[in-house]
Amino acid sequence: MSVHAVHPADAAIPHTVEPHPVTGIPNPKFGIWLFLASEVMLFGALFSSYVLIRTQAPHWPPEGGLSSEILNVPLATLNTAVLITSSITMVLAWASCKMGRIDRFRLWMGCTIGLAFVFLIIKYFEYTDKFHHGHFPAFNNFYAVYFTLTGLHGLHVIGGIIVNTFLLTIGTRLWKTDPEQFTNRVENAGLYWHFVDLVWIFLFPSLYLL
Amino acid sequence: MDETKYGFWFPPDVSVHGRQIDSLINIVHWFMLLLFVGWGAFFVYCLIKYRARPGHTASYLPPKAQFTKVIEVGVIVIEVLLLFGFSTPVWFRYKNHPPTEKDALVVKLVAEQFAWNFQYAGKDGKFGKTAEANISADNPVGLDAEDPDGKDDIITVNQFHVPVNKPVIVQISSKDVIHSFNIPVLRVKQDAVPGARIPIWFQATQAGHFELGCAQLCGLGHYRMRADVLIDTPEDYAKWLAESAPPPAEQPTSAAPENPQSAPQK
Amino acid sequence: MSASTTHGHAAAAHAHDAGHGHHELPFWRKYIFSVDHKVIGVQYAVSALVFLFFGFCLMMLLRWQLAYPGQPLPVIGKLLSESTMPGGVMAPEFYNQLGAMHGTIMVFMGIVPLAVGGFGNYVVPLQIGAPDMAFPRLNMASYWAFLPGGILMLLGFVAPGGAAQSGWTSYPPLSDIATTGQTIWLLAMVLLITSSLLGSINFIVTIVQLRAKGLTFFRMPFFVHAQFVTSFLLLLAFPPLEAASVMQLMDRLAGTSFFLPSGLVISGEQLHVAGGGSPLLWQHLFWFLAHPEVYVLILPAMGIIAEVIANNTRKPLWGYRLLVYSAIFLGFMSFVVWAHHMFMTGMGTTMSTFFQTTTMIISIPSVVILTCFIMSLYGGAIRFTVPMLFATAFLPMFAIGGLTGLPLGLTASDIYLHDTFYVIGHFHYVVAPGTIFALFAGIYYWYPKVTGKQMNQTLGKIHFWVSFICINGIFMPMFWQGMAGLSRRLYDPTIYAHGRAVQSLNVLISWSAWGLAIAQLPFIWNFFSSLRRPKAAENPWQATTLEWAAPSPPPHGNFVTPPVVYRDPYEYSVPGKAKDFSPQFAAGEA
Repeated sequence: MSVHAVHPADAAIPHTVEPHPVTGIPNPKFGIWLFLASEVMLFGALFSSYVLIRTQAPHWPPEGGLSSEILNVPLATLNTAVLITSSITMVLAWASCKMGRIDRFRLWMGCTIGLAFVFLIIKYFEYTDKFHHGHFPAFNNFYAVYFTLTGLHGLHVIGGIIVNTFLLTIGTRLWKTDPEQFTNRVENAGLYWHFVDLVWIFLFPSLYLL
Repeated sequence: MDETKYGFWFPPDVSVHGRQIDSLINIVHWFMLLLFVGWGAFFVYCLIKYRARPGHTASYLPPKAQFTKVIEVGVIVIEVLLLFGFSTPVWFRYKNHPPTEKDALVVKLVAEQFAWNFQYAGKDGKFGKTAEANISADNPVGLDAEDPDGKDDIITVNQFHVPVNKPVIVQISSKDVIHSFNIPVLRVKQDAVPGARIPIWFQATQAGHFELGCAQLCGLGHYRMRADVLIDTPEDYAKWLAESAPPPAEQPTSAAPENPQSAPQK
Repeated sequence: MSASTTHGHAAAAHAHDAGHGHHELPFWRKYIFSVDHKVIGVQYAVSALVFLFFGFCLMMLLRWQLAYPGQPLPVIGKLLSESTMPGGVMAPEFYNQLGAMHGTIMVFMGIVPLAVGGFGNYVVPLQIGAPDMAFPRLNMASYWAFLPGGILMLLGFVAPGGAAQSGWTSYPPLSDIATTGQTIWLLAMVLLITSSLLGSINFIVTIVQLRAKGLTFFRMPFFVHAQFVTSFLLLLAFPPLEAASVMQLMDRLAGTSFFLPSGLVISGEQLHVAGGGSPLLWQHLFWFLAHPEVYVLILPAMGIIAEVIANNTRKPLWGYRLLVYSAIFLGFMSFVVWAHHMFMTGMGTTMSTFFQTTTMIISIPSVVILTCFIMSLYGGAIRFTVPMLFATAFLPMFAIGGLTGLPLGLTASDIYLHDTFYVIGHFHYVVAPGTIFALFAGIYYWYPKVTGKQMNQTLGKIHFWVSFICINGIFMPMFWQGMAGLSRRLYDPTIYAHGRAVQSLNVLISWSAWGLAIAQLPFIWNFFSSLRRPKAAENPWQATTLEWAAPSPPPHGNFVTPPVVYRDPYEYSVPGKAKDFSPQFAAGEA
């Protein structure tokens, strides 16, 4: 058994850092995958609702025209690139930890958080533009679906920012005492972040393009 | 209304398809009773025979129980029978073979908090158009006053007259929340979903005075959302139709003399 | 902590930490914001029992109106406000609040937190030989999402317009246009769902990763298998309800029309919303959770029954593997039956055939499980201890509940029985003399583990017999009411002739309900007073499973030395052994 300093709450819980011999993963990684399974069900339910509402509607968007005419496709394409890039920088942050380079970790994690903010800022402009024209969620079901789906996704982006910022700042203390556990935490945060990216990759075409 | 007909079990069945439903419920209950008594007898036997007492020890090895497999298979067979031999045919027949509109009396129903509004097509057999914008206290279904087809339509509130021995199709909708059209003696039940118009049908076999209730929680007045169901003999039905028919249409506004009212309005 | 502290050393230090630890926690960290699964388990259990009691009181109030419609309630009626009980007579809105909140509280704040949060949290790590759950702090977070959620739910009663009153099912459009209490219901549900999700992750990881040496999957007690399947149901079924709750909140607060079709006229006024939504969308999303939810309600109970039966028949469970496979199959099937709650919504024949078929299929594993339990009695030496009384009664009660599901699951018979008292009788038989009796069995069974004391067995027997009689008095007559066509959720059933015909049963049911309340008094007294009894034996039931290897109550870290498992979980009456039980954790000759 390797040397791991333990937080009193984690004291003597096996496989908090060492992988389990049968599953091959430590507890937190298993946990995050389960969490992602529940998130798939959450966004899956919302997507299914979108499908139902859209197929029942006489035409879509209800006011006429095309989704790509109502929503800003160039901005959203940029946002897609932003998120994909942030997933790449997230992996680089984790790889830096694996290579023992905490300085590189800080750089790449900082980029990830920065890109996440860029995403949110672009979304802010998209939203306020809609509101300026009186297009609030209540306007019709197109906007209701758009705001609810992207809004919930946006909340998940904010959640990711909070976790990543914690890892970048206060959480880095763990690097000094248990670099392996810290690296695992970055990896798990990365899994979550890739999921958030993946949801957007589904949202973008289904809301903006189709 | 004859209250003595109601008791602790099924109310009277005055519907053509009611017998099949009652039979299915009865058969399922015999099956349930069989299982329960069978299990129960074995259960009580075990509790008595295998109770702990001096000199009695438990046996570690499990009994070789072939009969449990037999019971399992038996349960599956009977359930398949119930499903495909009884329930599905009854349901399919009911859903897939409704009467045609020309053979049946068609009634439109708009449920609301907390009343049942029925629209009959009247003598011309055509329903007047309705729209939400026309809905008011005197016009619960929102009948369009300009539509000539609607001039002879009969609108009743909480009064559902149907002729006996004739198929009736009810087009069920709701103007506000989900209600449920429920007439126990006719063995019909159908949710009234706003935004949808759902047809159901029945054919009454016996005249009488019965009740319609709401079977889906719809607000504080849900419990009193009751209507009278009057299954009429042909004579009574014709009489009711004649009494309820609105007076012939008055000439619009201006000079021409009005036609005298021919029949009192119900 | 310095890096030179070895893991093993820390482990030993904690294992010996029975009260004199090197980090003596302050009171608030030991008992309030604790990360110890046993403390959290007790917190969940006590909170759940309080909520159960509250939900029970709501039902007792509601039963007054059903037994004596329109009559003022003596004494208590005057204590309640003029808006809920004007002149002591219940208002219809208040009746609807009582109904909706009774269901919500019993399911989400009573049974699941007690069965999963309470029993699951306390017993599972012990039964698998783990020092705690995989994520102790997440465990604490789960509880502290649950409690505020529960309190918020209760606060609905003081909102303007009262608590949620659109049924525990919250069907729109009624729930969309309902008073503020409905918004509170939705927000509370989000907290409660979050708590469940976090908990379920913890259970799954713990059961897979933290089992003691020698505890293979098929040596786990059935209780752990049941909790394992339950956790998957919670993990995967709750999110769609969370999504639906978000959408209903959007409808209510942001004016969207997810569930509102066009053209609605409410109280004579056209509703000015965009429309285009579907009330049935809510129903699909709700029942997608709520059907697996009912298996969440029964599986942990079946787990408890398995433990109590094996222990009190002094022989291994019959068909252990069959039980495990059936539980897994049940969990899987529970995701594909949901629309049997929606047969009357105008469903076509294809969809209804699909759901009827899956519903018939799902009855099979339940039949198998019940048969295995009954077969487990055969050849035993049955001790009628108090837990065993409850476990024994569970079997026919669950049978009645399960069997009465059959006419409801077939569409043609459901036409008549849908939304009648037959349904209420059906699900209450499964949940009340079913699950709740199993939970009582669990309380009497594990009380010595948690407290180190035994409950008074005589008081337990009185509790059992009076409860058994009263509970049947409540729910059996409901089947007759349902067969007579009486609809549920009616403030005054005597409006209808077929309701008047069965009104006498309402009086019988209500008095049985009040009798059931009285029957709980010896239990409540017993529960608290037994804490002051002398210390009991370490393994008073002479049980074989791992939780009895730890001291009673177990210290932080649970086991003095990490347990090792040598055999199957129910090795009772093994031929040739001196004792009639061979614990899993005892090496060599037991």
